[in-house]
Amino acid sequence: MRKVWQTPGGIHPAENKLQSVQQPIQPLPLPPRLWVALNQHAGAVAKPLVAVGERVLKGQMIARPQPDSGTALHAPSSGTVVAIGPHPIAHPSGLPADCIEIVCDGLEQWIDRDRHPDYRSLPRSELLVMISERGVAGLGGAGFPTAIKLASDRPIELLLINATECEPYITADDSLLRERAEQMLVGIDIASYLLGDPAERVIGIEDNKPEAIAALRTAIAARSDKAAAIELAIFPTKYPSGGEKQLIQIVTGRELPSGALPAELGIVCQNVGTLYALKRAIVDGEPLISRITTVTGKACLRNGNYETLIGTPVSALLGHNQLQPQRLARLIMGGPMMGVALPSSELPTVKTSNCFIAADASEVAPEQPAQPCIRCGLCAEACPASLLPQQLYWHAQSQQHEKLEAHNLFDCIECGACSYVCPSNIPLVQYFRAGKGEIRQQRAEKAKSDFARERFEFRQQRLEQQERDKQAKREARKLAAEQAKAAQAQGDNGAAEDNSAAALIAAAQARAAARMASPQQQRDKLTRAITSSRARLQAAEDKLTQAQHDGADHSQLQALQAAQAAAAQKLQLAEQKLAELAATDSASSSDASAAPELDAASRAIAKARDSAAAREAMSPSEKMASDLAALDKRLAKLQEKLELCEDSEQRQLLESSAAKLQAKRDALHTSSQGDQHGI
Amino acid sequence: MQPLWELVVANPIAAAVLALVGLALLFGALLGFAAERFRVEGDPIVEQIDALLPQTQCGQCGHPGCRPYAESIAAGEAINKCPPGGQATINALAALLDLPAPELDDEHGEASEVKKVAYIREDECIGCTKCIQACPVDAILGSAKMMHTVIAAECTGCDLCVEPCPVDCIDMLPVETGIQGWQWQLPPRPGLIASDRQPHSGAAA
Repeated sequence: MRKVWQTPGGIHPAENKLQSVQQPIQPLPLPPRLWVALNQHAGAVAKPLVAVGERVLKGQMIARPQPDSGTALHAPSSGTVVAIGPHPIAHPSGLPADCIEIVCDGLEQWIDRDRHPDYRSLPRSELLVMISERGVAGLGGAGFPTAIKLASDRPIELLLINATECEPYITADDSLLRERAEQMLVGIDIASYLLGDPAERVIGIEDNKPEAIAALRTAIAARSDKAAAIELAIFPTKYPSGGEKQLIQIVTGRELPSGALPAELGIVCQNVGTLYALKRAIVDGEPLISRITTVTGKACLRNGNYETLIGTPVSALLGHNQLQPQRLARLIMGGPMMGVALPSSELPTVKTSNCFIAADASEVAPEQPAQPCIRCGLCAEACPASLLPQQLYWHAQSQQHEKLEAHNLFDCIECGACSYVCPSNIPLVQYFRAGKGEIRQQRAEKAKSDFARERFEFRQQRLEQQERDKQAKREARKLAAEQAKAAQAQGDNGAAEDNSAAALIAAAQARAAARMASPQQQRDKLTRAITSSRARLQAAEDKLTQAQHDGADHSQLQALQAAQAAAAQKLQLAEQKLAELAATDSASSSDASAAPELDAASRAIAKARDSAAAREAMSPSEKMASDLAALDKRLAKLQEKLELCEDSEQRQLLESSAAKLQAKRDALHTSSQGDQHGI
Repeated sequence: MQPLWELVVANPIAAAVLALVGLALLFGALLGFAAERFRVEGDPIVEQIDALLPQTQCGQCGHPGCRPYAESIAAGEAINKCPPGGQATINALAALLDLPAPELDDEHGEASEVKKVAYIREDECIGCTKCIQACPVDAILGSAKMMHTVIAAECTGCDLCVEPCPVDCIDMLPVETGIQGWQWQLPPRPGLIASDRQPHSGAAA
């Protein structure tokens, strides 16, 4: 007998285990339809490998888990996949989840079973993959993938086998040990091989299962391999001794630190059901497609343990046990302490479905209204984790999450001992579950918001970087342009100097000089212009007389007359210019040739003097005609300006001066005509 | 030296004054050194406020992101302008800043109970990239003239991509909670006198 230790707290509820162990484990008739839920437990959802309409064999893998979480799923019986979609599952939320629905053909046709009785010849890694692919999960409670648990990279000194089954009503492990202890011991051997053959292998079991203990003793004694001893640790019945932390404390006397995993103490815990499934998976090549489920409660006429296919509807289980629907007060999945009430029986079982209790009114206490907490402290005495449920209750009620965490809410194993002893009927565990849920949700939100912040800041940084890059490019371009300009400027210095004011002036002077040319050239030009004008005038006059002679129409005559007048004017202008030139020549013949570039003022004076002299030389009629021509010219110029001008004020000014000029011209015209008539 | 010592010996008041002045100089120097040596860069309160804000970067508060709002809260702006955070964020900010917790300011939008994420109707997307430019957390994937899609896990539900879409192919859909997101709810609060509730619970049972 191994020494055992005491744990704090705990309660002794009515066991109610006897009624379901009167008969051996029985097979259940094959239900017509099975629903295999894609998420059997908390964690990632498995990915279906089959399509609707596909025929599947018993034991065929139908869904693969996400890497490193969850377990593979297998067809519990041969048949056809008819649907993959949401179906209500046995979950406290009552929400539907994706299930693979299989219509059984009743043939129970197995896949090729890959048996490995000589598992010690296989490498550990291969064996672990096999365990994962054969869907072995923790059948004791949470359904944690066994392969992950057995792949511990820490040295393991103790393999602790949990046969406690401390919750009332449940006898699945008890009946398994009574009938299949030898097979379970093979499972222990596989697990200890995978864990590097730990020094100790201990089965922890409560003293309320004498038949199971006897069966275990016999099986252990019958083992051929005496070297790898398996010890039994039998301890007094108390709820909840079967919790992992509690069992470790009972068997080793060591308390698992808050938040630590048993592997950190060199311990791995495995449930007996899991080890049995492990043996079946490796030695018999049968994936986890069934488990032993207790069906009990006074609303059923028969109580017992059944080899249940995963995915069997609860209604099939209850129907087989002759459920009296009128007596059913509450349907509970799991034990009475930690289990959840199910809203209906049309739900499929999952890998962790160890017990269904169809309780009648005498078994479940009528729901008492919760009364205020009287601070009696019974819950603190009952708590196996040495927490202060009354304090946690206050903080959970007022949603003070920091206080909840400070009071170690996450060490609560939700065993329900506090609620059981509470004289005020406060549903303490529900408060704690809600508090945990809220804290988890807040943590998830915090993680998400931190991620969003990171992404937002990264984006800001990237945008700034882009802006900086653009700015740098712009500056580089600008610099390049400036450099190119400078290079060009250096290339032709002369051109650069042209741009200077001095150069501009010089160019203008050159142009002026060209225009001035020599007086001789100008005179030649003017004489040429006069002769051509004369010829044109002659031609125009000829045309006019011809037209008059031919009797052309009025408009044609007018046009010809205008042309003749224009030619005459041009001739007059050329003659006038020639006269001016002659006057200039005579006035400044000496210095004109010596210095053609007179200064502007003296030139203007000379010009004015010349023109005055020329006027004096002209006859009065000639004078008048030249005046008239000059006026006409000014008028034409003014008209041109007027057309170009856009400013209204300037326009007015120009118009008024144009009118003045027009009046002057008209006056001059009439006087000149009068003179002509007078002659 | 000699006259000072004589003064101290002869005059205890002078001795006390000297001692106090000496201590004042010593501690002043110590404090001055500590102020330089342990100087905190930036405003640590902004970090704390920013950590409480929901980081949707939606701009409903009138600031271009959560951090600018955190900065202006630190500078004295009202703490009730964040609809995505809702009353929980306001309460947390009030607790942090030791202020009374006001109600959410409706001017900046209403708090929605359901979390939403953007969803692009991919058949209708023309690949204009306008939503990608609008997304503050780079949660939209796609390129010019290619279909875009939202990375739902990274979408903060800020709504900013809906407005720029020229073909209105973006919807804000509530996030499906399902079994994974389900959690236990707090039990209804017990009344002060349990028998007050009995008729109701009796009727329900």
